[in-house]
Amino acid sequence: MKKEITLKINGEEFTEQVEPRTLLVHFIRENIGMTGTHIGCDTSSCGACTILIDGKSAKSCTLLAVQAACKEITTVEGIATTEGVHPIQEGFKENHGLHCGFCTPGMMLRAIELLEKNPDPTEEEIRWGISGNLCRCTGYNNIVKSIKYAGAKLRGDELPSTEPEFVE
Amino acid sequence: MIPSSFDYTAPSSLDEALKLLQDLGDDAKILAGGHSLIPMMKLRFAEPEHLIDLNNVPELSYLKIEGGMLKIGAMTREVETEESIDVANHFPIFADVAKLIADPQVRNFGTLGGNLAHGDAANDQPAVMLALNASVEIAGLNGRRTVGIDDFFYGFYATAVQEDEILTEISIPIPMGLSGNAYHKVERKVGDYATGGVAVHLEFDEQRICTKAGIGLTNVNPTPLRAVRSEAALVGTSLNEEDIASAAQYASEDCNPSSDLRGDVDYKRHIIKAITKKMINKAKQRAFNN
Repeated sequence: MKKEITLKINGEEFTEQVEPRTLLVHFIRENIGMTGTHIGCDTSSCGACTILIDGKSAKSCTLLAVQAACKEITTVEGIATTEGVHPIQEGFKENHGLHCGFCTPGMMLRAIELLEKNPDPTEEEIRWGISGNLCRCTGYNNIVKSIKYAGAKLRGDELPSTEPEFVE
Repeated sequence: MIPSSFDYTAPSSLDEALKLLQDLGDDAKILAGGHSLIPMMKLRFAEPEHLIDLNNVPELSYLKIEGGMLKIGAMTREVETEESIDVANHFPIFADVAKLIADPQVRNFGTLGGNLAHGDAANDQPAVMLALNASVEIAGLNGRRTVGIDDFFYGFYATAVQEDEILTEISIPIPMGLSGNAYHKVERKVGDYATGGVAVHLEFDEQRICTKAGIGLTNVNPTPLRAVRSEAALVGTSLNEEDIASAAQYASEDCNPSSDLRGDVDYKRHIIKAITKKMINKAKQRAFNN
């Protein structure tokens, strides 16, 4: 039997009828039509479906849509403002933090919570912080750089170099 | 993958949840963090007809120190135990274990109560609770009862929590004198279940003689396992190299691992021996550095 749920996604309120078994990621992609949240492994391993739910990063393939009732959700579609892209988006763009881009929305949403809790993380803290997000292209180095860059931007510090590092 | 159909209720109090549970009987399943249950439902290993979601029951989410005990509400998220100063002051083992449970997103939702009530010997917290000699409170419509952790795990996915009951609280005695604890597991990759894991808690008197030892093992037995002979080998000693070596040897002999993708029996025994030794040393070091 369907349940009626009301929730906010990126500040906009939605009221929908859903089956309790509908996964949150399917709800966001199919009912709402926002396809920036990706389905990678569908087993809560890869983090491509990461969103923020009341500010906490979560794997939306392992939550039910009914669990999001009365909650506020942020997806990749909601992080830029009229002022421009979010610092984390700028970080990924400036540092080539993506190749194919499939993991990128999840990486960025996860990084936003990480930087909120720990505004100036070490490389090790960043790597532990994104340990629930898999990237099969970049080797992670540029993702770590992107997150460092976003941290500096959010703190108002001098931005780190975006030049690629060559190893002899 | 989509679970089979079920009905869903999210009560706002424990009483309401218990009443629902009694009405629905074994057709119903409790939903805590859901990061074990929902994957099982997606694979159709679990097909409950009704889910009772405890995520809107705030009375089950707290961390407090009371009567010499650390009391943790069953719905307290793993991330909250990881970040609590009270917990870190007395039990650095929580920071060890939390870091090794899945990943940050999962720890944002996974709960300590759910981790234990799932009754999976591959989960990490059961071994930690054995080492810390925790007890759990279980509520039913007729009242609450307390069960020691040694009487909690019955078998594969089976615990002392009955069909019409809900696990509500975990209590851990706060050590008085010198104490230290530590946890580590060998895992193939971040987020994997343990190939083998060991939790150690030690207490000492002023002469630095070990007065209490708790050692729990992860994923090397059908149920979470207390390494009884290893504990006995440490109590009353000053934990010299030989004492520690024999405790580690006993742990490797007394566990019952099975061969699987994570390794064969001999390899797992070797892992247990090595980590037991390391964790005893780490717990000892933490006790004397405080």
